[in-house]
Amino acid sequence: MPEILIILISTVLVNNIVLVKFLGLCPLLGVSQQPHHALGMALATSLVLTLTAGITYLLNTYLLIPYHLEFLRLIVFILVIASLVQLLDHIMQALSPLLHQVLGIFLPLITTNCAVLGVALLSTTTPSSLFTALWYGLGTAIGFSMVLIIFAHLRARLTTSDIPRCFQGAPIALMTAGLMSLAFMGFIGMAK
Amino acid sequence: MTFYTLLFAVGILTLIALLCGSILLIAKSKLRPNENQLVDAIDALLPQTQCAQCHYPGCRPYAEAIAKGEAINRCPPGGTATIQALAELLGREVLPLDTTTGITKPPQIAVIREQECIGCTLCLPACPVDAIVGAQGFMHTVITQYCTGCELCIAPCPVDCIAMIPFNKKS
Repeated sequence: MPEILIILISTVLVNNIVLVKFLGLCPLLGVSQQPHHALGMALATSLVLTLTAGITYLLNTYLLIPYHLEFLRLIVFILVIASLVQLLDHIMQALSPLLHQVLGIFLPLITTNCAVLGVALLSTTTPSSLFTALWYGLGTAIGFSMVLIIFAHLRARLTTSDIPRCFQGAPIALMTAGLMSLAFMGFIGMAK
Repeated sequence: MTFYTLLFAVGILTLIALLCGSILLIAKSKLRPNENQLVDAIDALLPQTQCAQCHYPGCRPYAEAIAKGEAINRCPPGGTATIQALAELLGREVLPLDTTTGITKPPQIAVIREQECIGCTLCLPACPVDAIVGAQGFMHTVITQYCTGCELCIAPCPVDCIAMIPFNKKS
């Protein structure tokens, strides 16, 4: 239990995938215009992140390392993530077409999301078992979702505030992200 | 890296790709997209006037078209409120009403000026909700509680005896 807590604190706060590792910045800027879109993207990414962390850990431990095929890691992971996303897409379309409509383009977009591949690659080195790998994925997903939703709400407020003309749009969004990142630097040292 | 390792790597990769591919293929053939649930949810948000101003024969066909990707701003009776509700449901952009399909009007119902009606029955098939009663040679009338105010009966009437009057839900 303390191990899981440390993994969660580490992935959500200390090594936040977006603000500390700077992965997955494209959805952060692309899908944060409206809070409810951000929520959809956060849910979809969380699902994929957690599942890929587990599956890639298994593939790496039981297939790639025993046969000394570590050099295939990147291409195998991309293949597996793309298939997994496609599979989720089909399942969601059959079970809940409504959710499928809401997530819409976000789900296929996750295929090329660097946060997902980043977690897949990192989860091969960091966690020590399937169980911790899954928690690692989940923690990263929570961290990603949290930042994405906070950022979406910040941007919603930015639209109504008085911003100098030259900072409007992307510049102020990037500055906000930078400030959030600085704030998260404060967690460094809490956990590995 | 020897030739053997290379061949082995390619083999493993092909195997994984084949496995992923076949899982996807099976999933696609087994899991039929459940369209009805979505269409029901969209249909519930449409005003059910069956006025066909969206160029679809009724609200249900329009709901089916939206589920397949048709624009959500083609419903004049629903107006801004419906577009907003649909945008929220489907996670799409809120668009202004497509005014080529018509403009939003306050709720209204049709009334037949009975002394002018010649009993031609032309308005009966035009009504999408069967809210007009009458027979050949007899006076027709609109059943107020079923009328959706779609205006589809006005054009067929040869003597122009149908008028639209404002409708409030209390009365």
